[in-house]
Amino acid sequence: MRWLLLKDLRILRRSPLLVGVLVVYPIIVALLIGLALSRGPSRPRVALLNEVPAAASNIQVGSGHIDIESYERDLNNAIVPVPVATLSQALSDVRSGDVLAAVVIPPDITARLSTGLERAQVQVIYNGNALTQSFVQNQINSELATANFALSAQLDKQASRFINLLVTGGTLPIFGSPLSLYGLRPAQTALQRAIAAVPPRERPQLAEVESFLGVAVQNIGLASDVLSAVSHPIEVKQTLLSGRRTPLNTFAIAVAATLSLMFVCLLLASGALALEREENAYGRLVRGLVRREVLLAEKILLAAVCSAIVTAVMLAGISIFVHLDWGRAWQWVVGLLVAGVAFGALGVAIGALAREVRAASLLAFLLSLPLAFLALVPSGSVAKGLYDVFRVISAVFPFKPALEAMDAAINGSSPAIGGPLLWLAGLTLLFALLGRLAMRRLGS
Amino acid sequence: MRRVPVLAAEGIVKRYGDREALGGVSLAVDAGERIALIGANGAGKTTLLSILAGVQQATAGEIGLSPREVGWVPQQPAVYSRLTVRENLSLFARLERVGDPDGAVERMLEQTGLRDREDEELGRLSGGNRQRVNIAVGLLAEPAVVLLDEPSSSLDPGQRERLWAFVDALAAEGTAVIFSTHNVVEVERHSDRVLLLEQGRLIFEGLPAELRAAAGSAPRDFEEAVVAFLRARA
Repeated sequence: MRWLLLKDLRILRRSPLLVGVLVVYPIIVALLIGLALSRGPSRPRVALLNEVPAAASNIQVGSGHIDIESYERDLNNAIVPVPVATLSQALSDVRSGDVLAAVVIPPDITARLSTGLERAQVQVIYNGNALTQSFVQNQINSELATANFALSAQLDKQASRFINLLVTGGTLPIFGSPLSLYGLRPAQTALQRAIAAVPPRERPQLAEVESFLGVAVQNIGLASDVLSAVSHPIEVKQTLLSGRRTPLNTFAIAVAATLSLMFVCLLLASGALALEREENAYGRLVRGLVRREVLLAEKILLAAVCSAIVTAVMLAGISIFVHLDWGRAWQWVVGLLVAGVAFGALGVAIGALAREVRAASLLAFLLSLPLAFLALVPSGSVAKGLYDVFRVISAVFPFKPALEAMDAAINGSSPAIGGPLLWLAGLTLLFALLGRLAMRRLGS
Repeated sequence: MRRVPVLAAEGIVKRYGDREALGGVSLAVDAGERIALIGANGAGKTTLLSILAGVQQATAGEIGLSPREVGWVPQQPAVYSRLTVRENLSLFARLERVGDPDGAVERMLEQTGLRDREDEELGRLSGGNRQRVNIAVGLLAEPAVVLLDEPSSSLDPGQRERLWAFVDALAAEGTAVIFSTHNVVEVERHSDRVLLLEQGRLIFEGLPAELRAAAGSAPRDFEEAVVAFLRARA
């Protein structure tokens, strides 16, 4: 096996394009993923037409103020605002593609909001393809939802203050002049004192009024809680059942590592075996010089080690941009090697079935993409029956267990690395056996 | 004194499903003997040679030598085009577990006259030189028998001449040679015995002159004799 390995490494070294791809690939992928994860998402260019007069940007809600410009500033953080002066200019910019959308804040928005009774309207004009629309929509909707939430909280606060004033009494400023409110509770106390002072025959009528005041104090006091519940009807309480889930950023690294490992490994293993036939050397080798099983093992080992090195270099490159726990590096190595061996076994099966290097490479490529896609489909995003089919397909190919193993190795996520590694070992045996059977085609 | 064959095969049968590619072929070859295997396309020449070489398994029959003791030179050069002449020879010498691999490489470089091209990648050599390396690989282990499957099919006349000079020299040194060919001129010039296969069966075994005689009516050349012989059987 040693001489075959040396021979294949020598052939690899003499294939400048392949060596170039193997060297450049991890660097480029590491750079792309590193930059993508270490920088925030880009903001869409959006035309902003603010028709609210500067003097009217402050909303008076009861005794409180809401500055509409602060919400505009928040929106500007989510987009790249392109200020426009007129609606026609906004429309023209959207049509020309200079901006992806336009947000129009009408002049009466503050007046409507300050009534506390009318709904205000913000107009959003979109253009572009479905993906762009969805991206811009999400950004703007998210900021508008935040603004709505803040306004509703402010209104809720003001309403609660009114209710408290009504119950306890105090001073309410109206049009700049303080208005003194007596309050239901002081009124009830005063009435109780008055009832004690009046003749007994007059007391029942006053007692009814006093009782009404008591009920009013009790129930209006609850209104604040009701308002709070209505303005925040659903509170999210997050619970993790078991283990540890990975943040999306670091999961993306595990996905990138597994994809790279799979591509390099499948292409190398399938190509290296098919090359033996293309060079007509297969017949010469298996006529007693090398056992077929040894030839298979050599190709699997070659592909696994080369792809593991390429992927490890890629991970090291990513760690320049994103924090990775180097204390887990031994788990990366184990994960990469075991997953590499499983992908290598799949690769030799492909190589033996395809028999030609070009056909093997094409088949490996065509198989890789759907495998990765199926393994990444989240449950609930498709019908249950279809998802079960995806799960079965993902289980009989190495991508999903390899992804779980790499996620566990890189991020310490759940499930732990042991289970996926065992599964990969089983798949290695399965595909090596398939490759051994398919080798009969190589001799024909 | 009865000569002991270096390779004997008895009743070789090869079936692919229902199709019988070889129907009980037997042969024996002595040291230094050159045997030409001829027949139409699909007659079973390559199948017989690849079974003798151990590349394919026979469905039935006995072969008196292990594949490791037989030198195998397939029709298409079975060498690595990205490796140099020396690297190819060195790799196969080690895979063949030759006692002195470096010595074997030097010997084959000398014998094939490829010393001055030893550091060139195979992919850059002419078809003739690639075939010389292909043959050299088959001879690395100094086998008692060498099997050549249509060795001259892709060579020009000059290259063919050098090839046969090399093969004749091998036989002169005691190596038994079995080769298949469609070129009947080569059969007359370079074989001691002819085996004629038709649809997987051995229909003639003897000297080229005996085949001419068996064809009857004084054929103009050996090719006409082979055709006449086959027609007479049809």
